[in-house]
Amino acid sequence: MHFAVLQFPASNCDQDCVHAVRVLGHTAELRWHKDNTLGAADAVIIPGGFSYGDYLRCGAIARFSPVMQAVQRFAAAGGLVLGICNGFQILCEAGLLPGALIRNRSLQFRCEPVFLKTARFDTPFTRAIPRDRLLKIPIAHGEGCYFADEATLSELRAHGQILWQYCSATGEVTERANPNGSLLHIAGICNTAGNVAGLMPHPDRACEAILGSTDGRFIFESMIAALAERPLRNTSPSLPSPPASAPAPVARS
Amino acid sequence: MTEPAITPELVARHNLSPEEYTRILEILGRPPTYTELGIFSVMWSEHCSYKNTKPLLRTFPTRAPHILVGAGEENAGIVDIGDGLAIAFKMESHNHPSAVEPFQGAATGVGGIIRDIFTMGARPVAALDSLRFGELSDPEVRRLFGGVVAGIAHYGNCFGIPTLAGEVYFDKTYAGNPLVNVFCLGVLRHEQIARGTARGVGNPVFYVGPATGRDGLAGAAFASQDLTEESAEQQRGAVQVGDPFMEKLVCEACLELLATGAVAGIQDMGAAGLTCSTCETAARAGTGIEIELSKVPQRAPNMTPYEIMLSESQERMLIIVHRGREEEVKRIFDKWDLPWAEIGVVTDTGRMVVKHHGRVVADIPARLIASEAPVYEREAREPAYLQAVRAFRLADLPDPSDLSDPLPALRRLLAWPTIASKHWVWRQYDHMVRNGSVVCPGSDAAVLRLKADSLPPLPAGVEAPPVPEKFLALTSDCNGTYCYLDPYEGGKAAVVEAARNLACTGARPLGVTDNLNFGNPYHPELFWQLRECVRGLADACRALHAPVTGGNCSLYNQSPAGPIDPTPTVAMVGLIEKPEYITTQWFKDEGDAILLLGAPVDRADPLQGLGGSAYLQVIHGLKTGTPPRCDLETAATLHTTLLGLIYAGGIKSAHDCSEGGLAVALAECCFSQLIARETPRLIGATVDLTGLMADAAAADAAAAAGGAETAASRVRLDALLFGETQHRVVVSCAPRDAMKVLERAKLMGVPAVRLGTVGGDRLVFKTPAGEFAASVSELHDLWWHSLARAMS
Repeated sequence: MHFAVLQFPASNCDQDCVHAVRVLGHTAELRWHKDNTLGAADAVIIPGGFSYGDYLRCGAIARFSPVMQAVQRFAAAGGLVLGICNGFQILCEAGLLPGALIRNRSLQFRCEPVFLKTARFDTPFTRAIPRDRLLKIPIAHGEGCYFADEATLSELRAHGQILWQYCSATGEVTERANPNGSLLHIAGICNTAGNVAGLMPHPDRACEAILGSTDGRFIFESMIAALAERPLRNTSPSLPSPPASAPAPVARS
Repeated sequence: MTEPAITPELVARHNLSPEEYTRILEILGRPPTYTELGIFSVMWSEHCSYKNTKPLLRTFPTRAPHILVGAGEENAGIVDIGDGLAIAFKMESHNHPSAVEPFQGAATGVGGIIRDIFTMGARPVAALDSLRFGELSDPEVRRLFGGVVAGIAHYGNCFGIPTLAGEVYFDKTYAGNPLVNVFCLGVLRHEQIARGTARGVGNPVFYVGPATGRDGLAGAAFASQDLTEESAEQQRGAVQVGDPFMEKLVCEACLELLATGAVAGIQDMGAAGLTCSTCETAARAGTGIEIELSKVPQRAPNMTPYEIMLSESQERMLIIVHRGREEEVKRIFDKWDLPWAEIGVVTDTGRMVVKHHGRVVADIPARLIASEAPVYEREAREPAYLQAVRAFRLADLPDPSDLSDPLPALRRLLAWPTIASKHWVWRQYDHMVRNGSVVCPGSDAAVLRLKADSLPPLPAGVEAPPVPEKFLALTSDCNGTYCYLDPYEGGKAAVVEAARNLACTGARPLGVTDNLNFGNPYHPELFWQLRECVRGLADACRALHAPVTGGNCSLYNQSPAGPIDPTPTVAMVGLIEKPEYITTQWFKDEGDAILLLGAPVDRADPLQGLGGSAYLQVIHGLKTGTPPRCDLETAATLHTTLLGLIYAGGIKSAHDCSEGGLAVALAECCFSQLIARETPRLIGATVDLTGLMADAAAADAAAAAGGAETAASRVRLDALLFGETQHRVVVSCAPRDAMKVLERAKLMGVPAVRLGTVGGDRLVFKTPAGEFAASVSELHDLWWHSLARAMS
């Protein structure tokens, strides 16, 4: 498969995403923010970083870039788009995902591995994740607190759009395990169609044993498996009805 | 435009002595203009000229076959790491700006050192920082500490460089004058080394990066005087404002431009801004340079030539381009939406000529100002306080008796901020970006993986040859208390500890960059500290084959409360030959054998390693006594032996004994591994010290039989547990390998003994005074949360 990795001025995980894709045996190319097209990409990754310095709000300026117009069209046609960290923020700012990412509750940047509980295993971003497997993946952000109004949160739940929640090493979704104060302990979500997803943790940093975890591979492998199954990009997808169990109930610490 | 008249008062306000002013008159053959006076002031400041330290710096070992660019030649030294690859690294201080404005002061320090690295043509891939603050009980210190850490995080995280290692000490000596030493390392191919030279007469001179403002006026001069309350207030404007986003763009654009081959020379505008970059590039090339200030992009209206030349606005570069290739500069900087301007030309006059709307405002021989600054041999005198330090004996302790229960002392030491976990700091740094952080902060040294995308870009269309993965270890060290109590031994110990940390990680040293943080050199006692520390550093670097590749001097580190402890921070970079040699400090498996390499207690030291120790400071409130002796031959033997053991396989963990001694080292082995957020991996250990005590007693008895004095040399339990005798490493291995490791070590001349076994959930000490056990999770809690508790 061939991935387009977007490159904004001050993207700083662009190379990391390219590296991760190559480690998985696939190809990736960088697409400059002034590009109007995505080339021959089968899927798009919007990497982490500080696009345009993030002086206004994270991702607020990136959404207007030419390449994001191409991403809008790509997503509307059913293409798979994954936003990681700053990429998640950009997708929210661009309206491709609901809600917003605000300042961490601690008011400090946090860089540390966290555990993630996957809420459903039937999406293009989660299908290769083994059931009952907690993912150990690092976070690195100052503004990763997922925030949305009550109506949006209800929608997310109703449509099964919550893909990952922060949890403890033993799988409990608790306040203590939540590194940034995200509502519903949300680490990552997808759109209602199920072809656009964003998450704050960095699967691109968890694809090699020497870096401490290979759990990030499951997310990329899910995308690759989904693409292999429906190679035609213009097929409009739809997210299956949510499984009864998802998302995990929230325990109080 | 009227400029101030040059009066003796104005000269004095520029920190130039009457003798230096006379020298200026000789060089120019006339009185200087106001702009010229400003130029001499910054170029002849200690920060830029090293006028008080040059004779000392010449004593450092700086040459070795693998040194490609040596200390002082360029903006940073460059070291060969094999396979056509090289690294550039350097450390620099931003102490005074951080004291005045901690967030921006620290942030711009990071920005400045990153520029020093990509100026060399290298891609910056790792940062580390060595910090010193007063005691955290002081709210002002907490403000400074919090601000500095946030500033480093802001700049490094946004730029996208992992801040991978470092150290933080807290001591009231730094209360009014914190130390912020920042280090950056970059990677490049041998043929990509760029030079800060204004080569090629007729070549155009470009200014790239954001416009020049009035911020940071004469910061280099500010850094070269004592901090007073008055100066701090007045000089707030001398602190620059950093923009890491801009830096990232400037870095990428410069590396892209360097790949085209259009660049004849490049230098960042750091300290002394446009002044330093123009005269230094001309001086290095033996050429002249002429610039027109009206062409310099300016942020503020009506800036004077003096202000433009002395501004330290950040993220600016000076680039000398091969004539005829100007379009490539414009194309690349336009792509990155960066301002650029052609501001001058390289000449053959040897002079730095500065014009403002056609009027000459400065005309100075470039070489004379850049490399012929006055050099002083300062007066040195041994400080009077050392007499009392040397007179201290263990019998002088308020409670000279030995420990009855070591656990309360261990708990207090683990919670002592200097020893406690620094995760409160490094969890604010993105220490994983670039996918190279193999060993993250929290072990003896960090380990960085270099891979193809660590390198700067190649020219368009050139196929990149395969790049073998390389592994580097990084550490920074310096115990300022040792340096205060014995500058020579302290200087040696800083280098030796850095090398020991590398050895524990499986790395052999490649080189050292140092940051000499001292007080006012005009004070003979403070200059003596400086001279003796440098002698110690130089001797140790020679003995351990770790050449100095560059560094920085920061003098005048004193506040109204007095000078800081002498603090020659050492950052050392090592190479790990194979990934399987990478070793971390934490215990791995239940049942593993715990061994101690090195003499448990230095019997020739009357203080048994307790002089200057954390134990004396924390438990007895004393900062005195001759610090532990640092024998360079013993150090070299230990490090070689440890590396040999690691190469042979079987060493599962290695951790050196430093502040807090053996007991703290053992505790850290039990709980320093972090699986994930809030998820440490804890494991217990049982160590039996009765054998060591008995051995010592037997040796004493034998000595007594021979008629020797024994009372003074009886090994104390507190010295064994908390003494900081040098050259000791705690290692663990599978039990079946224990005998082999012990024998190999002894064969190499390193004392080695089995201390105990890994396992359980308690740390247990068996001593002649009884058995003491503490829950590992309780000790971990004290160590892990200490900083967060102090800061909340």
